[in-house]
Amino acid sequence: MALIEADNLTKLYRMGDETVHALAGVSFSIPQRDYCAIVGPSGSGKSTLMNILGGLDTPSDGRITIAGNDIGAMSDDDLAIFRNQTIGFVFQSFNLLPRLTALENVELPMIYGGVLPKERHERAAGLLQRVGLGERMAHRPTQLSGGQQQRVAIARALAGQPALILADEPTGALDTNTGVEILGLFDQLNHEGATIVVVTHDHDVARATKRTIEMRDGRIVSDHLNDRSARHDAHV
Amino acid sequence: MMRTSDLVASAGRALRANPMRSALTALGVIIGVASVVAMVALGSGAQAQVERSIASLGSNLLIVVPGAMRGGGGVRGQAGAGGGWDSLTMDDAEAITQLENVAVVAPSQRARAQVIANGLNWNPEVNGVTPDFLIARDWEVARGRMFDETEERQARRIVVLGRTVADNLFPNMDPVGQSVRMNGGTYEVIGVLESKGQSGFQDQDDIVLAPLTTVKRRIAGRRGRGDTVSQISVKAESEQVLNRLQEDVENLLRQRHRTREGEDDFTVQNLSSISETMAQTTGVFTALLGGISAVSLLVGGIGIMNIMLVSVTERTREIGLRKALGARQSDILHQFGLEAVTLSVAGGIIGLVIGVAGAWGMTTLFNLPLVVSPLNAGLAIAFSGLVGVVFGAYPAWRAAKLDPIEALRRE
Repeated sequence: MALIEADNLTKLYRMGDETVHALAGVSFSIPQRDYCAIVGPSGSGKSTLMNILGGLDTPSDGRITIAGNDIGAMSDDDLAIFRNQTIGFVFQSFNLLPRLTALENVELPMIYGGVLPKERHERAAGLLQRVGLGERMAHRPTQLSGGQQQRVAIARALAGQPALILADEPTGALDTNTGVEILGLFDQLNHEGATIVVVTHDHDVARATKRTIEMRDGRIVSDHLNDRSARHDAHV
Repeated sequence: MMRTSDLVASAGRALRANPMRSALTALGVIIGVASVVAMVALGSGAQAQVERSIASLGSNLLIVVPGAMRGGGGVRGQAGAGGGWDSLTMDDAEAITQLENVAVVAPSQRARAQVIANGLNWNPEVNGVTPDFLIARDWEVARGRMFDETEERQARRIVVLGRTVADNLFPNMDPVGQSVRMNGGTYEVIGVLESKGQSGFQDQDDIVLAPLTTVKRRIAGRRGRGDTVSQISVKAESEQVLNRLQEDVENLLRQRHRTREGEDDFTVQNLSSISETMAQTTGVFTALLGGISAVSLLVGGIGIMNIMLVSVTERTREIGLRKALGARQSDILHQFGLEAVTLSVAGGIIGLVIGVAGAWGMTTLFNLPLVVSPLNAGLAIAFSGLVGVVFGAYPAWRAAKLDPIEALRRE
């Protein structure tokens, strides 16, 4: 069974008298170890889909299971545990807590997972090492560059050993070179076994992944594998 | 689920991030708790002072004076104040002795006299008493001795001085064995009383005790000469029988004076009931002061709520992130609730210290005993904690209920 199975997902929003179909029947599946981009202009429904994939929102109709969890049937507390144990979020604006050091930011999800301080420390240090920030663990976000902050955020996303890494415009706040570096890091993580879904409106970012799902007006309009051979040669 | 130690660390970090704001927020509670503690301590001190000064007059004591008490007012016409008020006699005292439950009866006659010694003079109250007077008033002789019954009957020219009189007439020497002059006569000092301190505005130590017979014959004016006395102190055998004895004394004197209830020419003062009334009055006073101060504690609580609401708004994005990373509603609720409670309890502890210090200062200034019970201190802390819970609950609930999608979108 695939990691994510979505069947005829719908999401309705009521805006005054009007009903907006943010998702109008979306079906797809994403297998484990996939590295996939969801693209589309704003209003296409990609953000709504991402929120549902991340367990931040539930569908109005249809059914979606992620690593065996039926998102539509879960309580608020169950969704919180699901986000903690199964999902690793990477945001456009990093969303690091400014008062915490890099190490403490990476520890944050493990605090909510009830991991003991000693183990938390070791795991966070190991993850920062893995994203190339072993020397900057005691730095606060303001003392780090944008690319470094996003690496801390990626280390934090990995902290809960999630089944799925969900990245929302991860290169949107970075310059081109740094963006390419971050995508290289995703590539490496995917190579090591991580399943990654990137939500973006940037087709260059989408081309860096293995597969592109394109959305428009709440529907999937295309779903195809990317030809990555050229890019692969350039960056790895 | 978040571990408690992580919760505490997180709350502490959030409060330290804005030290000035945290301090000012806690200040509201500090002022509230400090004023409650100080006011209650001050009130309790006043209460203890009243009880102590009334107790110092003597325990289980009834004091019979001539003249009637009208509707809670003062005694009309003390002894010697006018004709018709010399209604108490030695025979009345003798008759009271026969009643049940009486431990001691001590008639006394007051007078004023200039007392001279060492070229110094003093104008104390001179009280003609029997030796039982000291028993009735729970009073001890500090130096020398009290006169005995024989000396009293013989109208010897001897006196026992109160501490204030002794200190003023014999500043640097032992008065015992010295002599003083009163109304032209010479009296030997045979003892000095222990200090009783102030009772209300009256210095109880500003007194000279002499044998009752002596005072009647040599010192008191014309009105004091006869068989009358200005006061009879009656000590009951125990506190339980005090009220019954009061009735018995009143009935006996009505019989002897042929008066009816409501037309009495005497008043029996029950010191326990006076003490109780006074304690109740000061108790109400204390509660009033404490209540007014509690309002400021309430204002402090509203300050906490205000700042916590601001904090929730400011940290909306942080709350959204924490939820995305797996914080449950209860985690967020506990985090913000704990911040409010930490603020208020810290304020409570600091307020307690300041309140006790303030109470100490005021009681020292007003010469009152300092009364701070551990119960009151514990209550102050517990109450400040409650303020934190009550006023922190709504902001924390708002934080916990935030929609993570909305919260993450907020700038």
